[in-house]
Amino acid sequence: MAEFTLKVRRYQPESGRGPYWEQFKVELDPTLSVLDGLLQVRDRYDGSLAVRCSCRAAICGSCGCKINGQSTLACLTQIGDAQERANRLDGGSQPIVVEPMGNMPVVKDLVTDMESTHWEKIRRVTPWLLPAGDPPEREYIVPPESMIDVTQAMACIQCGACVSSCLSMEADPDFIGPAALAKAYRFVGDPRDAATRSRLYDLAQDPHGIYDCTHCFSCVDACPKGVAPMDQIMRLRRLAGHDHGVNDVNNGRRHETAFVKIIEKKGTLDEAMLLQESYAQGIAGKLMPSAGAIKGLVGSIPTAIRGIRTGKMRSLRKLIPGLHEKLPGDAQDHVKRIYRHAEEHRQQLNLYITGEEEEQAADGAEARDERLAGQAQPGAAGPPDDAMGGAATDPASSAVGGGRQHMDKLTEGGSETAGREPPGDGEPPA
Amino acid sequence: MSALKLAYWPGCVSRGFTPELHGSMALVAERLGIELVTLDRANCCGAGVIAEHNQELADTLNARTFALAQQTGLAMMNICSTCQGAQSECQQRLDADSAYRAHINEALASEGLEYVKGKDGWTNKNFLWILVEDYGLDELRAKVVRPLAGLRVGPFYGCYIIRPKHRLGYEEHPERDLYLEKVIEALGGEVVEYDGARKCCGFPVITMNRTTSLRQAGTHVGDALDAGADCLVTPCPLCHLNLDMQQPEAAKIVGRDLGLAVLHLPQLVGLALGFEPAELGMDKHIASTAWVAERLAAVTA
Repeated sequence: MAEFTLKVRRYQPESGRGPYWEQFKVELDPTLSVLDGLLQVRDRYDGSLAVRCSCRAAICGSCGCKINGQSTLACLTQIGDAQERANRLDGGSQPIVVEPMGNMPVVKDLVTDMESTHWEKIRRVTPWLLPAGDPPEREYIVPPESMIDVTQAMACIQCGACVSSCLSMEADPDFIGPAALAKAYRFVGDPRDAATRSRLYDLAQDPHGIYDCTHCFSCVDACPKGVAPMDQIMRLRRLAGHDHGVNDVNNGRRHETAFVKIIEKKGTLDEAMLLQESYAQGIAGKLMPSAGAIKGLVGSIPTAIRGIRTGKMRSLRKLIPGLHEKLPGDAQDHVKRIYRHAEEHRQQLNLYITGEEEEQAADGAEARDERLAGQAQPGAAGPPDDAMGGAATDPASSAVGGGRQHMDKLTEGGSETAGREPPGDGEPPA
Repeated sequence: MSALKLAYWPGCVSRGFTPELHGSMALVAERLGIELVTLDRANCCGAGVIAEHNQELADTLNARTFALAQQTGLAMMNICSTCQGAQSECQQRLDADSAYRAHINEALASEGLEYVKGKDGWTNKNFLWILVEDYGLDELRAKVVRPLAGLRVGPFYGCYIIRPKHRLGYEEHPERDLYLEKVIEALGGEVVEYDGARKCCGFPVITMNRTTSLRQAGTHVGDALDAGADCLVTPCPLCHLNLDMQQPEAAKIVGRDLGLAVLHLPQLVGLALGFEPAELGMDKHIASTAWVAERLAAVTA
């Protein structure tokens, strides 16, 4: 048993008072959770403390909050660890700071309004299957390995921790956000869904869609279930920009393709070229620039003038696209060779699915393959197949473009009954 | 402490729109006694954008950089949070899977290169991590000739060096997101607490959603000013682009006057080591750094 101080952000709307901080001393084992601490406060000191919780085991997703500024689940955070973090942040013995989730209105104390933000955004991405034609008489039959990829997005328990932590949403409340976009990928990556292209087109063209994500990794650290919403957003971008060629009005695809081409030609970044090509790509883009391109390029002129004035951009190769030097000697040719190799294979490795190799197994793929088979469907692992000669070596058989290494390695016996969603893919209430 | 010698990857932006970063790093390394072997054949880290296009391509390009560094027999140092994050992401995948690593190395073979997973973990660290973990704060303190007394400095980390925690070694080094504060104090400066220290500068979406991007930069600069900062310091040149180069534009978006100097980490260290602001390229910034120089002159006088 140890004593901890919880500093809780209180808000009791019926009191007519604004939000305020209140400290409580609790006594419990350091391995118990911050939620246990909050429940002790409610039992012993103040029955009016509003906390939403149910399972206490990181399954129901009810107790999302911020602990020492980090969005997470209160039941998943050991109070001893929270104390260590609080001490490290401010030095000495500091209270554990508990706040309601961010980016949402607060209803009372630690209870936020999930409806007006989280669920509203989830509904925005059409979070249900849109199959082609009439449903089959019985279940859909799809290759088991074609569903593996979306299991990561399916692991979402709709707790809202990622929404709470999202830094793009802080600046743009209309951003569709990490939870909803992860949910979107869950259907984009589903082989039964027939609306893949229109879903991608919609999310790429929306100024608050996939290209509004600022790549800050906040949602990756906030998610208690390893969904890594930002990774799902990047998959959506890869599919929209590369596989489906959606030329979005937000310059998302143009920026990406310009960046990739510049490194192939020059090895390091030609910033002037990137700016020009992100807005007005190729000859067509320059002959008939869009209104957005003109606005973007003209908008960058004052910055360039300031840069010339101070000297940081006072060089022709920083101002004129294309003058940037390529890598010395034959280095650039080797970079080009790397491009050919990688564009031919386009392998993707998802560590959520494949896991990280143990040190001792570093030389043998065998142990990894066994683990893979086990992960595909816990409890239903079949015999591992040959390392590289698995059932689905044809990239075309993967559900959503590109050869996927982890799919190549999965075994036929590895999973079963595709189409049945594993528990945890909480759907919004009707 | 034995002398530090490191393979050095300066990145693209430090030689592009923030040349003062590369320049100040060279001066500071020499004075600290850190020997840097520049990887001039190495390529861009991809900044997450190439991985977004083709994951294998990003992984191979960075495996090439790692292999070039490994040829020197040295650990690697970068001076850009974004390089740190993008390269750590690729290194995590390369280290996680020997079959994948072998596949990637096939593409490097024609150049006589191979990325080898280190037995004790081959390291690629930002200058900030090197300063605290390898150089040492006591050693740094001993080198200070002009303590930054009275200078109120707001730390700004950049997302890629603090998240995600597992990938960036926070289990082993849980205080990596407190190092800027430690360095500021070791140099004699005063840490300013404000809301934005660990938030996003907005740079990655500057060409895609300018308002979202500049609202982030403008808000953080404004918060730091309100908290009484004389300047910000960042280990990321891409953050510097949004916080400094775009600062006048960000001011328009957030509708207030800004005007806060934003220093690169080597510049802040350099000031304490006795270099003059102009030597460190501080006159090249968009937001004036004159106030920082005045504060320092006032204290030493």
